[in-house]
Amino acid sequence: MKKPSFFLRYKVFCIFLVLALLIVLMAVFAPQVTMGVDPAKGSLAEAIKPPGAGHIFGTDKMGRDIFTRVVYGARVSLAASFSVVFLSFFIGTVLGILAGYFRGALDAVIMRIADMMVSFPGLVLAMAVAGILGTSIKNAVIAIAVVTWPKYARLARSLVLKIRDRDYVSAAIVTGSKTPYILLRYMLPNALPTLIITAATDIGSLMLELAGLSFLGFGAVSPTPEWGLMLSEGRPYMQNAPWLMVFPGLAIFITVVIFNMLGDGIRDILDPRTED
Amino acid sequence: MSRKKILSRAVQIVVVLFGISFITFLLTYLAPGDPAQIMLTSSGVMPTESLVADLRERMGFNEPFLTQYFNWLKNALHGDLGTSFSLNKPVAQLLSQRLWPTLKLTLLSMVLMLLVSVPLGMLSAVKKDSWIDNIVRFITFLGVSLPNFWVGLLLMLCLCVRVKIFPVVSSGGDFKSLVLPAVTLAIAMSAKYTRQVRTAILEELGQDYVVGARARGVKEWRILWCHVFPNSLLPLITMLGLSVGSLLGGTSVVEVIFSYPGLGSLAVSAITSNDYNLIQGYVLWIALIYMVINLIVDISYNYIDPRLRLAN
Repeated sequence: MKKPSFFLRYKVFCIFLVLALLIVLMAVFAPQVTMGVDPAKGSLAEAIKPPGAGHIFGTDKMGRDIFTRVVYGARVSLAASFSVVFLSFFIGTVLGILAGYFRGALDAVIMRIADMMVSFPGLVLAMAVAGILGTSIKNAVIAIAVVTWPKYARLARSLVLKIRDRDYVSAAIVTGSKTPYILLRYMLPNALPTLIITAATDIGSLMLELAGLSFLGFGAVSPTPEWGLMLSEGRPYMQNAPWLMVFPGLAIFITVVIFNMLGDGIRDILDPRTED
Repeated sequence: MSRKKILSRAVQIVVVLFGISFITFLLTYLAPGDPAQIMLTSSGVMPTESLVADLRERMGFNEPFLTQYFNWLKNALHGDLGTSFSLNKPVAQLLSQRLWPTLKLTLLSMVLMLLVSVPLGMLSAVKKDSWIDNIVRFITFLGVSLPNFWVGLLLMLCLCVRVKIFPVVSSGGDFKSLVLPAVTLAIAMSAKYTRQVRTAILEELGQDYVVGARARGVKEWRILWCHVFPNSLLPLITMLGLSVGSLLGGTSVVEVIFSYPGLGSLAVSAITSNDYNLIQGYVLWIALIYMVINLIVDISYNYIDPRLRLAN
């Protein structure tokens, strides 16, 4: 029997991969997509225009084109979410593998810190950290990474603990493999698939958290075109200009749906055991 | 859970509280900006050099870091969390005032969430892969991708601004002003929880005792409600306890949208005005609530699952 092609086997994954790539391309080529309109500049004569010709998503209180700002918002949102995922993935994996492999005092210190972070509502701490560090999208990224890394550390540690005492690891040690080699060639590859699945399924919710922080005013600063911030800026004009809230929100929603679906797709490919 | 275990968990809570208080204190200490200057500016006084120096001396800002921390800790242990300089009231008093509204909101949204997600999750588990299951899974999938602040804004737009059913500002304290914030929180939570209920029930449905009961001809609804549901309560309650955490964090967004006078909106205003005492008090307060709730959840296992009771 002919094996079905990759595309047919993972139809959903392929569709959402294309959609996700489209969003990334839209972010990268934002100036071309918006045909050179400046997202931070507007004319007050054009303030709060409803969607129509010229401005398909309307304009905000400063007369800035909402469509342009939504497109540029993808840049901010994607860059920030990928940085959070990367930071917490990197820190968590490194610390988790070290803790699991070396055990002892190092393990105790790292895991007690992680436990402390986990026994605590993440957004609350992220808010406090972002607020104390000062308002900027960079600090929001740091704040969310600070509360996210323990998840990866615990996961990596438990995966390492599972194989730490297997015979082939002992054999590698006995035959004189260097510790860094064991960490990179035995421990890391064993932990990686599960960690990647977690990261892939996390991107969507991290995006929501970042937008939430910006919405509260602890993330992006005006005039940065960021979706959460745009929603909070549009809030006072809700009655007369609902389009200020509809489009940025829709942008967040669609992007998160696509990345969540993509994450599920990656999980199905890397881990055929789970279904759902 | 044995008495010894409960005790060790309680000790752990205290340790975590100390750790968190230390970290937040360190962060505020390292934060850019002179607290004395911020205090003066926020109370409308021109921060001249001598005034700032005087205030620094009076508030003990010139002491070394550890001395400052231990002074704060000593007061905190006596129930004095300092004074909020943006609101000019004792932090402890502010926090206890705002606690009840937020708890009310959290409880109501949890009840709403359970009412929606338990029946839906069970239905979609029992009718696995049917059209009902597919619809439920599709809706919950969209639900977990919805930003809760957007849901709140849209609800407000539809039900407060267009059709004036609910008040735009939910500070009245009556039931009506509680509904929309609670619904907003519940929508985001129920999508996630429905999926968890579905997974938990599916897991139990695959157990041998279900096959056995079916073979003995026990009625299907009886298997579901008298056998499967009680057995899947444990993971469901654990997840409920954990979701309290995201609820407590999520309330701040919803409280800000609906101008609801709870802990979350208090925290947001504290953070924007650099009110360090208040931020610290808030973080500790939330940590305490969250951990105590999860301890209660763990203790409740004893009452829910007789096997655990016997094991002790």
